[in-house]
Amino acid sequence: MTVGIPSPPPSSRSRSATEKELDRLFEGTALTFALFILLLLVAIGLLVLVQAWPAVKEYGLSFLWTSAWNPVEGRQAFGVLPMVYGTLLTSALSLLIAVPLGLGTALFLSENFIPLKIRTVLVFLVELLAAIPSVVYGLWGIFVLIPALKWCFGLFGVSFTGPSILAASLVLSVMILPIITAISRDSLAALPPELRQGSYGLGATRWGTIFRVLIPAAISGIVGGVMLALGRAMGETMAVTMLVGNANTISSSLLQPGNTIASLLANQFAEAKGIQVAALMYAAFILVILTLIVNILADWIVRKLQAKYD
Amino acid sequence: MIEPGLRRIVESIMNPTSIANDVVLRAKDCDIYYGAYRAVRDVSVDIPQHKVTAFIGPSGCGKSTVLRCFNRLNDLIEVFHLKGKMTYHGQDLYAADVDPVEVRRRIGMVFQKPNPFPKTIYDNIAYGPRISNYQGDMDELVETSLRRAALWDEVKDKLQESGFSLSGGQQQRLCIARTIAVQPEVVLMDEPCSALDPISTLKVEELMKELIQDYTIIIVTHNMQQATRVADYTAFFNAEVVEGAGGKVGYLAEFDETQKIFSDPVQPETRDYVTGRFG
Amino acid sequence: MLANFSMDNFNSQSLKINKASRRSLFNAIMTGLSAACILTALVPLALVLFYVTVNGFNRLDLDLFTQLPPAPGLQGGGIANAIAGTLIVVAIATLIAVPIGVMCAIWLAEFGGDDTSIDEWVRFGVNILAGVPSIISGVFIYGLMVKPALPGYSALAGGVALAVLMLPTIIRTTDEALKIVPQDIRWAALGVGASKYQMVLKVVLPAAVPAILTGVTLAVARAAGETAPLIFTALFSPFWPNGITNPIASLAVLVYNFATLPFKPQQELAWAASLILVLLVLASSITARLVTRKR
Repeated sequence: MTVGIPSPPPSSRSRSATEKELDRLFEGTALTFALFILLLLVAIGLLVLVQAWPAVKEYGLSFLWTSAWNPVEGRQAFGVLPMVYGTLLTSALSLLIAVPLGLGTALFLSENFIPLKIRTVLVFLVELLAAIPSVVYGLWGIFVLIPALKWCFGLFGVSFTGPSILAASLVLSVMILPIITAISRDSLAALPPELRQGSYGLGATRWGTIFRVLIPAAISGIVGGVMLALGRAMGETMAVTMLVGNANTISSSLLQPGNTIASLLANQFAEAKGIQVAALMYAAFILVILTLIVNILADWIVRKLQAKYD
Repeated sequence: MIEPGLRRIVESIMNPTSIANDVVLRAKDCDIYYGAYRAVRDVSVDIPQHKVTAFIGPSGCGKSTVLRCFNRLNDLIEVFHLKGKMTYHGQDLYAADVDPVEVRRRIGMVFQKPNPFPKTIYDNIAYGPRISNYQGDMDELVETSLRRAALWDEVKDKLQESGFSLSGGQQQRLCIARTIAVQPEVVLMDEPCSALDPISTLKVEELMKELIQDYTIIIVTHNMQQATRVADYTAFFNAEVVEGAGGKVGYLAEFDETQKIFSDPVQPETRDYVTGRFG
Repeated sequence: MLANFSMDNFNSQSLKINKASRRSLFNAIMTGLSAACILTALVPLALVLFYVTVNGFNRLDLDLFTQLPPAPGLQGGGIANAIAGTLIVVAIATLIAVPIGVMCAIWLAEFGGDDTSIDEWVRFGVNILAGVPSIISGVFIYGLMVKPALPGYSALAGGVALAVLMLPTIIRTTDEALKIVPQDIRWAALGVGASKYQMVLKVVLPAAVPAILTGVTLAVARAAGETAPLIFTALFSPFWPNGITNPIASLAVLVYNFATLPFKPQQELAWAASLILVLLVLASSITARLVTRKR
């Protein structure tokens, strides 16, 4: 403090015009970049639709329920039904595996079964599952998982060719599990501690409290996490491409090869030409719409939870 | 200072009209630790049946901590441990073979902040009975519990609405109804009125006087008027700074009939506190 | 003390733990099941890390970092062009995504409160962008830059495709980082007469730099492993990088291409490239952990 020494008057009391101008410019620039994100989203949707237009005009909605995919010139026919089927089937199957495992993991990590330090390490390891590149899972699937599955099925005398819906779904479930765990754990941790105390105070057991109070109270966050995982599973490309077999057929057996929209795109774009590009863009547009619906639902559900306890 | 339990025996012999109370809960030489830090020391107290016992004292004196020990809710804190003996009908509450879940079904708890579950009013009440496999008529039990908590008339037409739709005072009475629906023997109340307005506070206090016929109540309160209004017995807790202990250590300074504590306390510190000189 | 003072007909047995009761059994079983869940979840992680280390390690030699991949059927060689390519493509992506992402986050954290309706839309947009499948970003850039030959299959196209994927991560971490900066610092800066742009650029942003860098590191490591957006934008090349307007090799695409080749040397290189990618991710995750814990 400079008590006693009179401070000199500031040279200028009001800010200069340039400074005000700079302030406005800065905010304007920042806002432009923020709006750019929205523009980018719209651009992605529009560009894919525009480039798909020739195929949309040619095949209309029947594209969705035809199963021919023939890029050979002169005999072109495009239908995306097997890939939509494969996308939905692998996603559903991977959710079936990952939801119980992911939720169980989240519960284990949100309760005090083990000391906090070990829990922190486990949380990190589960997060690491999500960080390993998709293509590495694919490589591992080809050289480790598929031979292991072959051996397993061989024990029971079941013939298993290798790349299949099952192999792809198994690896997918590993990749989406950390999403389910992370978001479920967050929504369980966000619950007020009074809920837990209230339940214990009434003589509830730990798991009674978890099933009857904590999970119901955190359900919108958990469901939101599952939806995000579903979106991820539908769009996941590399590991699936390397393991699903890329056969444009609809097979009722999980041990048979299949295809997904994302792996169709990964396989064919680099060599596609003419109407095939449009057909691929059409398929991409369907994938965009599918993931968009799932992600908007997820966003809406997660927001609903935040509103409740804030 | 005469041992309070002993004093009551002496009194009951000397004065035949006074009723000798059974002791429900008893703490004997209890020290409470969080890790290596001793938060409360040397607590010995007998809680008489069908009476309201108030725990008063300045903040940080450990009265809520002691309260939570009676139904083993402190077990939720990993570093907590208790030295000494706490008994419930002579049974050691902290014996290795005692199930804390069973303890909490007999010794219920009402918290400082109303904490209804995010469920309907009906399901809030039915929660406790359901987890303890209540076989009787649930509708009847819900109605009785709400009536006993003096809430029935206010909520009977909206039992299927969320517990959160009620006002703060109603929520707290819902939590009391939820606790007595489990039919405990003892109800612990941790500053149940500190988040309530004066009218709701009055309602909860009247409720306690009703409930005392069937339950034993221990209430922690900051409010000395409240203790004089509702409590038969009062325990005054104080805290002292101990060198090298890492903070304040709480202890039980005096325990007696409420009237005695507020009119003629033995300890000078109790007198200072109840006359408003500190705290 | 008079021990028999409180005699009544209380049954002290009823407080005891009954290990055989349905309740105790249920709790024990559920605890066991949830522990089994996390063990099951971590088995694949252990297996992936184990096989990548074992298979990748025996090709972790000097050639790997200095040589071009061998022609099919030949032995030896390395993945030097792919390492260089990944560095170039990821650098392009970072140069594009960081300024856009940081500016967007600055608006969200520092100005967003002024206009909550735009704020909500932008946050919603960031969430949706984070959910856009990585292959779609490749399709988008294919349609935007490859098909119209602007400039066609190229390092640049690959970099832009990765940038689209990096944006949400950078925006989210920067937004978080700015929010943690104590409000007092802002008031102090404004209190001495700073303009808002001075406050943000000279006081708030520097305070948030370590956390922002952590986020960028994470985003870069993830981008390096991304394959789907590159396979038909950056394509692949068996040669050394040749400018940013030509196709370029990358570690991720190399793993994909070589994994399905029937030649042992190529498969070994795919494992070695995987090991490098996993080490990159591991290092960045651990760094991020340590930095965030320090705070």
